[in-house]
Amino acid sequence: MSTPPPAAPLVRARNLTVDFVGGARPVRAVAGVDLSLAAGEVVALLGESGSGKSVTLRALMRLLPEKRARIGGSITVDGRDVAALGRRELARFRGGTVAMIFQEPGLAFDPVYRVGDQIAEAVVRHERVSRKAGRARALELFERVRIPSAETRLDNYPHEMSGGMRQRAMIALALACRPKVLLADEPTTALDATVQIQILLLLRELQREFGLAVIFVTHDIGVATEVADRIAVMYAGRIVERGDCRDVIRAAAHPYTRGLLASRADHVFTRGTRLATIPGAPPDLGALPPGCAFAPRCAQAVPACEAGVPEERPASATHVARCILLRPPAQADAGATAAA
Amino acid sequence: MAVTTVDSAPAPAVVPAKKLGRGYWAGVLRRLARDPVAVTAAVIILLIVLAAIFAPYVAPADPYKSSMIRRLRPIGTPGFLLGSDELGRDMLSRLIYGGRLSLVMGVLPVFCAFAVGSFLGVAAGYAGGWLNTIIMRTVDVFYAFPSVLLAIALSGTLGAGILNAIVALTVVFVPQVTRVAESVTTQIRNRDYVEAARVSGAGPFTIVRVHVLGNVLGPIFVYSTSLISVSMILASGLSFLGLGSKPPEPEWGLMLNTLRTAIYTQPMVAALPGVMIFVTSISFNLLSDGLRSAMEVKA
Amino acid sequence: MTEPASDATSDPAFDPAARDRGGPAQPLLSVTGLVKHFGGRRSWRGETKGAVRAVDGVDFSIAKGETLGVVGESGCGKSTTARLVMQIIAPDAGEIVFDGEALGSRALDLTTYRREVQMVFQDSYASLNPRLTVEDTIAFGPRVHGVGRREATGRAHDLLFKVGLEPARFAGRYPHELSGGQRQRINIARALALQPRLVILDEAVSALDKSVEAQVLNLLLDLKAEFGLTYMFISHDLNVVRFMADRVMVMYLGKVAEVGPSDVILKSPSHPYTAALLASMPSMDPDARTEEAPLFGDPPNPIDPPSGCRFHTRCRFASAICANVEPRLAPVARPHEVACLMAQPGSGHPRAAPLRENAA
Repeated sequence: MSTPPPAAPLVRARNLTVDFVGGARPVRAVAGVDLSLAAGEVVALLGESGSGKSVTLRALMRLLPEKRARIGGSITVDGRDVAALGRRELARFRGGTVAMIFQEPGLAFDPVYRVGDQIAEAVVRHERVSRKAGRARALELFERVRIPSAETRLDNYPHEMSGGMRQRAMIALALACRPKVLLADEPTTALDATVQIQILLLLRELQREFGLAVIFVTHDIGVATEVADRIAVMYAGRIVERGDCRDVIRAAAHPYTRGLLASRADHVFTRGTRLATIPGAPPDLGALPPGCAFAPRCAQAVPACEAGVPEERPASATHVARCILLRPPAQADAGATAAA
Repeated sequence: MAVTTVDSAPAPAVVPAKKLGRGYWAGVLRRLARDPVAVTAAVIILLIVLAAIFAPYVAPADPYKSSMIRRLRPIGTPGFLLGSDELGRDMLSRLIYGGRLSLVMGVLPVFCAFAVGSFLGVAAGYAGGWLNTIIMRTVDVFYAFPSVLLAIALSGTLGAGILNAIVALTVVFVPQVTRVAESVTTQIRNRDYVEAARVSGAGPFTIVRVHVLGNVLGPIFVYSTSLISVSMILASGLSFLGLGSKPPEPEWGLMLNTLRTAIYTQPMVAALPGVMIFVTSISFNLLSDGLRSAMEVKA
Repeated sequence: MTEPASDATSDPAFDPAARDRGGPAQPLLSVTGLVKHFGGRRSWRGETKGAVRAVDGVDFSIAKGETLGVVGESGCGKSTTARLVMQIIAPDAGEIVFDGEALGSRALDLTTYRREVQMVFQDSYASLNPRLTVEDTIAFGPRVHGVGRREATGRAHDLLFKVGLEPARFAGRYPHELSGGQRQRINIARALALQPRLVILDEAVSALDKSVEAQVLNLLLDLKAEFGLTYMFISHDLNVVRFMADRVMVMYLGKVAEVGPSDVILKSPSHPYTAALLASMPSMDPDARTEEAPLFGDPPNPIDPPSGCRFHTRCRFASAICANVEPRLAPVARPHEVACLMAQPGSGHPRAAPLRENAA
């Protein structure tokens, strides 16, 4: 297990908000996310579709369309303000400092060029080395991500590779320029379980070896459990619970997290008994309720839930949750006053 | 028993409960209305069409009345706002009246081709197999000829005249529409909802009527509207060559032909019919483009 | 619009129990020798080469009222099997017997069969016509089968209510105005509109968020109980299959690897492939993470499947004989059948039990 060093975090987002404008009405996809990540640490952003997890990830790399996305708050990566990067700096930042892998490797590779050439090209561009050195690094990376007969596979076009192999090649491309931070956007969702576990193990191994900081976006609690040191659960654009992986899984404090865990089919041992479910559907991001966004679906909701967005409160020594039912920090129980 | 418990809870976040159930085309029109280019093009087309329809009331003079003394007056001559042609007829009036024939020659062949081509294309695309082979290979034969040459050849064979020109142009456009219709239908045919309809025991005609046509006619229509400009230009070309309308009938292509002798004396006046053809056809194209993007939005 | 009308299912003509022909012991569906190869070039002699052997000789049956789970990796032929059973694509070979009547016989023509068997697709958006309202979509099937417009609409409203969507609010909506979970409920309602006895669910919950997935799974259980349905439940998620299925069929490269009661198969599998599938599920215990991948590489290409046992290229127990001898599906314990040489006494595999009576 990695122990986070006391130094300044490698990635820090403060009160990050993302609004999409240009549609019929503005939509708040991310509504105030605080996130910090130390070198060598793996954080899983866990959430369902529309929770804002992928948008958060894209904001960290400034991949959102500049015209339509209004980004608020601050993002610093490796001591630099991401919003202030110039065009040239941004190009070096992407790939050099932060790299990303996607669910669909098609997004990362150009279908008309050989995979090996694309990796070598990235190395040449970023590190100003010869083509030969770039090619050598591509081969090294292919062997590192365990692509069988790497030498010949370098000359494949993306469509000539199977799904799992393309995913490995994309990881090789992401690591080509020795980034410090790896952003993973559901990289295993489209894969078979047998291939998914291989990729997860590979990522874990590479992360340890290169000391990468990883933000891993997923909707699958099992996948998060396999890779993450810490888990942050997102709901309607906010992190509702975050902390040590063990605590979040074993002693979930937020009703949403608990509901997600309870609704998994593998918890039910007698077939035919009904699953515990969370009623209703996620809120409309164009009109978030003023208070806790989960309150309308929450079985334990009380009127005070609608008063304001709950503060983070300690749920155990290593994890916090945004729920007013938890005791406020260091106070007896003046719960409602803090919320106002 | 109690199946209702599951999702009867708070309103799912879809559409605020204002007006639901509005159709797809209402949405297309709404999005189209937000596109300034398409709206401008639509207004221009509307003006030209209205002017053509109400030509007797709009036109300042008789388009057939010639005058040997007032030939080839420049633009802005009192009494001849846009000048006069080689027989001294009022250009403005002739342009307004000319819109009638030119629009008919532009729109009618495309409309006929839309009907015939959609029928053939949907049949080929949905049935597949040998029917598809027969229809599409026949279409390919027509494709082998450049459309201008094909139109001239057909028109020439059928003989001059407006009706024959329309028939010739229809034949030119049918293969193009058929090809688009076939490819769109082939895509739709493999959608899950068509398979679901087949699974529910529906026959091919029911499936085509309920599930295919609604999704296919839109894209075919848009493609067809983009052919209107081509049709107008080809029709003008036929008239120019004397294969379409005959003098003294006002028609833009024919006017371009008869005025070509005046190109050195009154170039501005001689160019006017060309300008009309250009403006009208580009407006149809822009409207068609706008329609396409308005229809593409899914949610 | 209309309020939830009377219960259309009280109509005796559509009561599944009343339509039972073969009695409870007769399997509702039994399939033998199902084969489908796609593409490939036919040589002058009529042999095909380079074809995708999507389904390559599959036998199974589904008892009345049970849920058969079908699992396997992508390319194993589970979706093709569903489409073959559904007659969306025509099989190259094989026989389908529904409640004792062979499909294509005089007693069971395709139209009748299609009222008895319905299917829910994975992609909830692609399986709904974007130009039809929800009620028109559900009413389409009954209308095709000659039910009047008014009655069909009434039945659609009933079904909307049954799948947990208030008819007054949802009947007039279009698919793009619905969430994924709601669309899948519509798809389920559409499948039920013809009062089928067998419903094939092809990855029907796979694209849904976990919390919505649980709601839809509960709904499927409720509907099964209420309408006396039989399910063929195809999924790649073993947890969901364990929850839903009475029996499980594991497929690998167009063939059945193992079939049997889900408690047995998903707890102590006999086929190494099933074991690997189970071990590939992510661990839910942060202190017991998976340390070694159970299988290496992607599933091989069904165009040119390996000789002998198709799994031998990835199997950790493979021995020389596995490349030469194709194991047949044979019982290990009565309802539990496995296609693995290790489970066949005297097969020649080092781990197989010694021969008793009959040789392979």
